Amino acid sequence: MVLHKLKRMLSKLGAGCINKIWRLGAGGRLFWLTLVSSGESFRRFRLTIREIYFTGVLSLIIILVSAFFVGMVLALQGYHTLQKYGSSEAIGVLVALALVRELGPVVTALLFAGRAGTAITAEIGLMKATEQLSAMEMMAVSPIARVIAPRFWAGVIAMPVLATLFSMVGILGGYLVAVPLIGVDAGAFWSQMQANVDWEYDILNGVLKSVVFGVACTMIALFEGYDAPPTAEGVSRATTRTVVSSSLAVLGLDFILTSFMIAV
Amino acid sequence: MANAIVEIKDLSFGYKGRLLHKGINMTFPKGKVVAIMGGSGSGKTTLLRLIGGQLKPTKGHVEVGGEVVHKQDREGIYRLRRKMGMLFQHGALFTDLSVFENVAFPMREHTNLPESMIRDLVLLKLNAVGLRGAHALMPTELSGGMARRIALARAIALDPSIIMYDEPFAGLDPISMAVICDLIRSLNDALGATSIIVTHDVEETFQFADYVYFVADGVVAAEGTPEDLRKSELPFVHQFVHGEKDGPVPFHYAAPEYHASLLRGAR
Repeated sequence: MVLHKLKRMLSKLGAGCINKIWRLGAGGRLFWLTLVSSGESFRRFRLTIREIYFTGVLSLIIILVSAFFVGMVLALQGYHTLQKYGSSEAIGVLVALALVRELGPVVTALLFAGRAGTAITAEIGLMKATEQLSAMEMMAVSPIARVIAPRFWAGVIAMPVLATLFSMVGILGGYLVAVPLIGVDAGAFWSQMQANVDWEYDILNGVLKSVVFGVACTMIALFEGYDAPPTAEGVSRATTRTVVSSSLAVLGLDFILTSFMIAV
Repeated sequence: MANAIVEIKDLSFGYKGRLLHKGINMTFPKGKVVAIMGGSGSGKTTLLRLIGGQLKPTKGHVEVGGEVVHKQDREGIYRLRRKMGMLFQHGALFTDLSVFENVAFPMREHTNLPESMIRDLVLLKLNAVGLRGAHALMPTELSGGMARRIALARAIALDPSIIMYDEPFAGLDPISMAVICDLIRSLNDALGATSIIVTHDVEETFQFADYVYFVADGVVAAEGTPEDLRKSELPFVHQFVHGEKDGPVPFHYAAPEYHASLLRGAR
């Protein structure tokens, strides 16, 4: 009896692992097909622009409001610690570096997964459930070229722009708390920031991160939608998986990327 | 048969070792309206997907215009599909596009026609299904019958030589049903196309179909003109045409003996 139970547990574990590996392979295949079918997304850039509006522009409010608050909190917390060491003028650098290097790309990606990623998964999943993708196939139009690829590139283009805006608005939030509210010298705030934030090492690396997160989050959202069982339950589960997988992927990738960037 | 535009030859198809079709032969002659009938779950819709090359047969093949569908590469299948139009069960209209853009979709994807010509063609197609006035609406604003007609306009956008209908009458009121019946026949004759209709609505289909295949248990159980089938004494056809609840197709799903099941539950 115990042996039987153990055997069942092992086979369940094995089936789960095989399923995960299979999904990884299927996701990789979809990624490859998306890349090779991307011609149309650029030839008819209108298709991609439309998706940039849906994924990028419509995410602006949540991204910008969050950025503003994150920046303000950073300034409050930073000032609290820095003043103990008498270096409260360094608050500008602290806020800027935290945002540009880490919080900008990472928090943007997490919010993007929640706002745009879920929308993409639900949309593609429902298009599948209502046979819209099948109908496209039957019209001799590839859904990967016409539906998946434009959304993919839209996500990849939108993410760095959103992350940059996040950092900018965050810095503005930090400024408002540090300078007018707490009374840190405005000259010191900006000049220290200007002197200590490196264009390549800090800003470009941050943008690079957000491009990688853009690829990961958008591809996960697209794959989950494309792979969702065509039922109400299937689509709702896929939407949940999008948020969970994207968030974990972003945090994991962030660690890997940061360790490479710091080592350089 | 002469002039066959679509032929299904000795076709078997199954999922996971279970065969859904076991050696099906069907012929769809040019210019005719042919219905495939059978109970729910008998694999009728799957046959349409096999004709459209969305699935590959386990055995046998489907020929469209003399070409074996499953032996084509992606380009070849897309070339064949450009000759086909398909009406999906619930229309499958693109919900993010207006009615006009839905009908224009195949034209924009496959032709380089100027905008003015696309506009005229779309209005022409919409007029053919009686919904020119609805061109600015979104799919969510349409009734089930209207959505089906718009999807039909989209299916005939590129003047296909084969039109496939998947359950065109499902969930429609009697008026919409009559309209769709009339459209299927009139569009088929006007376009000189061949129509393949998958359905289980006997009365409607028998009014306008030229030929009917009955599918049951994975094989063609009966075939003939509607008049032949109405008179048929085959038990399955009789049960189906007259809608009797018990017969060769049993009322009960296969189960162990009733008393034995009840007693086991009590124990």
